[in-house]
Amino acid sequence: MMSSEPMQATAAPVEAAPAAKPDHPMRETLKIFLKNRSAAGGLILLGLILFATIFGPAIYGVDPYEMVWMPLSPPGDGTPLGTDYIGRDILAGILVGGRVTLIVGAVSAVMTIVIGLVVGSFAGFFGGRVDAALMKFTEFFQVLPSLLLAMVMVTIFSPSLGTIIFAIGIVGWAQIARLTRAEFMRIASLEYVKAARAAGARDGYLMFRVILPGSLPPIVVASALVTGASILFEAGLSFLGLGDPNQLSWGLIIGQNQNYLMDAWWTVTCPGIAIFLTVLAISLIGDGINDALNPRARKRG
Amino acid sequence: MSDELLRVNGLKVHFDAGRAPGGGRRTVHAVDGVDFSVRKGTSYGIVGESGSGKSTIAQAIMRLVPITEGSIFLKEHQISGLEGQSLRAVRDRFQMVFQDPFSSLNPRKKARAAIREPLDLLGIGDEKGRDKVAEDMLAAVGLHREAGRLFPHQFSGGQRQRLCIARALASRPELIVCDEPVSALDVAIQAQILNLLRQLQAEMGLSYVFISHDLAVVQYVCDEVAVMYLGEFVEKAPAAKLFSSAMHPYTWSLMSAALSPEAERGTLAKRPLLGGEPPSPTAPPPGCRFAARCPFATERCRAEKPALRGFGEGHRVACHYAGELEPPIPELRRAA
Repeated sequence: MMSSEPMQATAAPVEAAPAAKPDHPMRETLKIFLKNRSAAGGLILLGLILFATIFGPAIYGVDPYEMVWMPLSPPGDGTPLGTDYIGRDILAGILVGGRVTLIVGAVSAVMTIVIGLVVGSFAGFFGGRVDAALMKFTEFFQVLPSLLLAMVMVTIFSPSLGTIIFAIGIVGWAQIARLTRAEFMRIASLEYVKAARAAGARDGYLMFRVILPGSLPPIVVASALVTGASILFEAGLSFLGLGDPNQLSWGLIIGQNQNYLMDAWWTVTCPGIAIFLTVLAISLIGDGINDALNPRARKRG
Repeated sequence: MSDELLRVNGLKVHFDAGRAPGGGRRTVHAVDGVDFSVRKGTSYGIVGESGSGKSTIAQAIMRLVPITEGSIFLKEHQISGLEGQSLRAVRDRFQMVFQDPFSSLNPRKKARAAIREPLDLLGIGDEKGRDKVAEDMLAAVGLHREAGRLFPHQFSGGQRQRLCIARALASRPELIVCDEPVSALDVAIQAQILNLLRQLQAEMGLSYVFISHDLAVVQYVCDEVAVMYLGEFVEKAPAAKLFSSAMHPYTWSLMSAALSPEAERGTLAKRPLLGGEPPSPTAPPPGCRFAARCPFATERCRAEKPALRGFGEGHRVACHYAGELEPPIPELRRAA
């Protein structure tokens, strides 16, 4: 009956000729990323901003806390970007204030990402009751109005850098947790995870060496966006007067000068543009990473 | 039997499928009491349509799904009772080849690292030794020794399945569970992989549990075959016996569906190809599970569950009327 002839008509095992050269997926991703003009532009822009905030104050050499000129004098009239309501140099303020803004943004973003990753990966990996409990916890944070929560926290505790970082970090992690959970669930069902378990992998190895690297792409993209959002959040808190009054930041400059917006636009606009450019650069980089990691956008060889 | 390598007793795997309407829990009876044993150096085939529970058996043996009831012995180790460290300690004795060579290799691991992974995880050998084993395994499955520095996406489907086999072989297991190892490959490559599996079996004395929905593949590779329907074995026999004198109506229907189209087209229409779907595994019928689709079913079939009965030479059939029924296909009748 059933013929087994087709089975025997086989060639000897073919030797796989090694293809051109080993091309690491990450290297390929980097190449695509750098070819993307807007992503490369974002990277250069962010580099310039970092350079300006790190070395700028020393090069410019003007004390941002000192009255150096007539109050509310326009740009070009003695100072490059004008002065604020008590005669402080706006450019010096932007250069120094960028440090606080970027540090608060970056540290709170790291906090957001770490909390989100840990909660999401445990929920996604273990499922069942662990998942249900952690997701209820996540939902609790998701439904809280984040700006209000941060404002309440900063008001209750003293508005120091630590409090602000904590307040921003605690309100934003829910979406990272949800994303991580979804990615963990997707990848945990792939056969290579089962294969690793069959090969003797423990839970920790599966979570952090097998599943996590595979689920990183969308998390990296989300993390870039979270960093931008954290910078905006810090600026927003400072603008509302909830920042650390002793630490000059972009948001603080805007907040302190908001009453003079009609008479002296540069006091608010210049730090505003700094925030805009920084968030734009980070978003461009995030989009670039997304495009570089998205397999559908990638050329198939 | 002294040369028995794997023994599966009354294996049941049930999955919880959430709340049932009207209270209680719904349970999927994926595998509902199967027994079989695999002798050293032989291949045991399990065939059945999608959803019959064959892959669940594979994963239960590999301890990738929780076992509801029953026991699994690999030689003297009761692998169904082991947990954690003691389970890892025997993982080197049994390995698995998965169905889809595209999703069963980690896209971020180079071939050598993938093959080494079981050795790394189980702490077998030293750094140099593991690389040596990886290269030897690449050569054993017919890949270039240098192929270890490539990523999975640089291989073709057949080459990737060779890699998966190399990886399964790395810890020198006695048993390899093959879950549809060729069904994702095109026909010419299927034959290469099957020949490779047979050649490795001869060289290394491997035993296979070979799961497939393709009767021709099973006939080519296996020494013994079990036909599975809705979580139970309906017929099992030595391969030659099964393919020459199958007795269960379900086996006939599988065979008639698989017969080559050489037969005249006119007769094709008369073949008892099965209509409909198998009943839901959440609520298996009380009598014979195949009764609803069986052309020979009687009242007795619907009420009383048939047990596996012996018909000599290891041929066992779960049908009340086995041996009394006439195969509906001329090809089968001639063979019988």
